[in-house]
Amino acid sequence: MIYITRRAEFSASHYYHNSTLSEEENRRLFGKCANPHGHGHNYVLEVTVGGEMNPRTGMVLDLKDLKQLLEEEVMQVMDHKFLNKEVPVFATTIPTTENIAVEVWKLLAPKLTFARLHRIRLYETPDLFVEYYGEADGASEGK
Amino acid sequence: MTAHLTRRYRFSASHRLHNGALSADENALTYGKCNSPYGHGHNYVLEVTVAGPIDLATGMVYDLATLDETVERVILAPFDTSYLNLDVESFRRTVPTTENVCVEIFNLLRERIGGQRTACGPRLERVRLEETSSNSVEYEGA
Repeated sequence: MIYITRRAEFSASHYYHNSTLSEEENRRLFGKCANPHGHGHNYVLEVTVGGEMNPRTGMVLDLKDLKQLLEEEVMQVMDHKFLNKEVPVFATTIPTTENIAVEVWKLLAPKLTFARLHRIRLYETPDLFVEYYGEADGASEGK
Repeated sequence: MTAHLTRRYRFSASHRLHNGALSADENALTYGKCNSPYGHGHNYVLEVTVAGPIDLATGMVYDLATLDETVERVILAPFDTSYLNLDVESFRRTVPTTENVCVEIFNLLRERIGGQRTACGPRLERVRLEETSSNSVEYEGA
């Protein structure tokens, strides 16, 4: 198995709010991220897929296919968007870096027919990133 | 639904690689210029990874403010702008190589964050320490 990673950047805004909690609890839990007008980040997304080397091409996959899939399934959905308002899933799910990484996995996994999705890594800032390996990751550790 | 959250921190410290059980020649041979008697410094980059289920109420694996506070109090306050060999208790006995500094940080944080792989809650998964941009060590526990 060889792993290959493609990086893409998108800019989006979000805020953290759980509607089942009081305003005070939201502010306590989420601090300045609870500001209802939102705030923005330049997200850096790294998508890692695994596969076998094609002996004819020396490639695991055609990177153009992965680039196009990222553009259609992620960039067009999230780039230059206010995630809470413009991406339907985040009307009910808080768009934390964790949840965005999981959502990117869910968008890509069913469409990735030419390789196996291995990892989503999402940087919210250069000093903060989340990695998600799919449901099997938790299951393998008995969670 | 397990996610892995990584936060990056920085500290600057000096150290000297020297083992009191070895002769001066053996130390010079083993550690080279890192054995220079007055020590030398690095800008360390520390990556702390916490893994666990995404909390349904908060959408988070671990509260970042709590992680920042813990790392600041337990690691950055004692390590930053220190001479590790003399100012950090454990390195009076252990040579502060990047390996040993990484393991010490892991052990100090695991006591506060939790480290049981079978536990359902968040756990300290990995500490990665860059001594320079070309040189890093990772430790995930014994």
